[in-house]
Amino acid sequence: MFSFCTDPATLPQWQWFACYLTTPTHFAFYRSFLMVMLLLAITAPVALALGLVGAMAVRSRIWPVSWLGKGYVNIVRGVPDIVFFMFVPIALGQGIEWVFHHIQCPDWDQPIRQGNDFIVCREAKVPGVNAPAWVRNAYAFSMAVVAFALVFGAFAANTLYGAMQAVPKAQIETAEAYGMTRAQAFRRIIMPQMWVYAIPGLSNIWQILIKATPLLFLLGLQDAVYWARELGGQKTSLYTYPHPDWRMWYFLALLCFYLFLTWASERGFARLNNRLSRGQATAAGERHRRGAT
Amino acid sequence: MRTCAESFEGYILRALGRDYGERLLPRNLDITLCDQLFLIASGLIWNIYFAALAIFVGFFLAVAVAVAKFSENRLFSVPASAFVFVFRGSPLFIQFFFFYSAFVLLPRSGIDIPLGFVTLTVNTTALTTAQVGGLIVLLLNTTAYSAELFFGALRSIPKGDLEAADAYGMGPLTKFRRVVFPSMLRLAWPSYTNEAIFLTHSTTLVFLSAFPARQQAGEAFYYARYFVDQTFNPFVAYPIVAGYFVLLTLAIIGLYGLVNMRLNRHLPKERRRRIRFRPQYIR
Repeated sequence: MFSFCTDPATLPQWQWFACYLTTPTHFAFYRSFLMVMLLLAITAPVALALGLVGAMAVRSRIWPVSWLGKGYVNIVRGVPDIVFFMFVPIALGQGIEWVFHHIQCPDWDQPIRQGNDFIVCREAKVPGVNAPAWVRNAYAFSMAVVAFALVFGAFAANTLYGAMQAVPKAQIETAEAYGMTRAQAFRRIIMPQMWVYAIPGLSNIWQILIKATPLLFLLGLQDAVYWARELGGQKTSLYTYPHPDWRMWYFLALLCFYLFLTWASERGFARLNNRLSRGQATAAGERHRRGAT
Repeated sequence: MRTCAESFEGYILRALGRDYGERLLPRNLDITLCDQLFLIASGLIWNIYFAALAIFVGFFLAVAVAVAKFSENRLFSVPASAFVFVFRGSPLFIQFFFFYSAFVLLPRSGIDIPLGFVTLTVNTTALTTAQVGGLIVLLLNTTAYSAELFFGALRSIPKGDLEAADAYGMGPLTKFRRVVFPSMLRLAWPSYTNEAIFLTHSTTLVFLSAFPARQQAGEAFYYARYFVDQTFNPFVAYPIVAGYFVLLTLAIIGLYGLVNMRLNRHLPKERRRRIRFRPQYIR
């Protein structure tokens, strides 16, 4: 990286570290932090949308829809998450390959499950047999996003449903007395007001989501945990930058990164909650009102 | 193919190590449904071991940390808050990795702690095993989470109760033993039940993350993953392990429900606080 990095063996202490920390593998390590942020940035809105749909389904008066919603929320919440994280990507991957298999190789005569093997024809492999590495990574990553979104969508649905129920009933009755339909009352009264009741629960889910991101490692992605193990492991003098077992320090850095994320988001949510309390029929809203007059 | 009785005999204690049952785990085409059922069940030994010990010891530590955090003396409250912040703010997964790699760096021969009259040699190699090292991480983690719950309960003890205790002339220790501690437990118990459930589910992370499973002696989820790797079929092993965990969860709810009844025995039935199961597992 730096011009003085030509021969690491002769470098003084701080320059050695400056060179060591800017090697290409270290940049892969730094990029993996961005991957965590990217995962959070994609998963959070998807999970929230899924949660909103789920909560509306639970509230629905059409019973198949409400059963579907309740089933989704309760099944996902009732099973340990880690099982789900491992299960969804494999099951989904096999499902996709199964569908492709039936579309592209209709004249295939062997069974797909042969004993312990799951066999589909060559054209149906996802990602393709000759796919470049980045496609494989992107595929694994999107599987992870789906698994995360499914699990956290169920949590969010539960929270949002509770928040919708918490909006004062009298207000909805008033809205309906004004002649609003059920949908209008939902859009104009419940939707804008439920957030203040939902924020504590959602912030909790967000914190759990942050702390779930290292599980990417289990899905075989080259995330921060992977790189911390790789880079921190002992390097003998065969390597350009030999060092003893430094995994502890790498994991300490990861620990600090997560501590910072949770701390920052806690503060962010406190501000958001304060903002949303304005004009609400709650103690915090009352405090705002008194401050205004 | 093995019969069910054979696989019960061979695998039900296999989680304890190679000397207890079959030396090798079943491989690819040789796997029967009974193998999966019993091997995963034998893994539960470790789940229960980790959860029971961590929760039991963690309870007393958590009470101490909560009291320290609630203390008006900053000498106690600041370290206690920092401890809770660190262990609640970071993923348990990373904590396992961090502590494992820290334990590995300790000297092999053990650490001498001079106590004046006798020198204690702490065996550090045990720390790199899941049964000791993993347990310590789980213990610290549950201490932090429970301490936060107890801290919240301490803050919401009714003022009248404390004033009544003062009016009776109770000293600080008597007051804590007779008023503060029972009230705190009563208030925190429903969420503490959930904490116990989360911790039990978190025991699945011990072998998944850093700590190696010596002689393939792992917990339930370790075996479930082993079977999925072998058969490439997630539709059998994962539902089995999920089912076992549902049973464990029900057992915990039952046990904690009994304690809850005892804690609230003076209240009329309709005013007793119910335990509600609110699962959110990852920490």
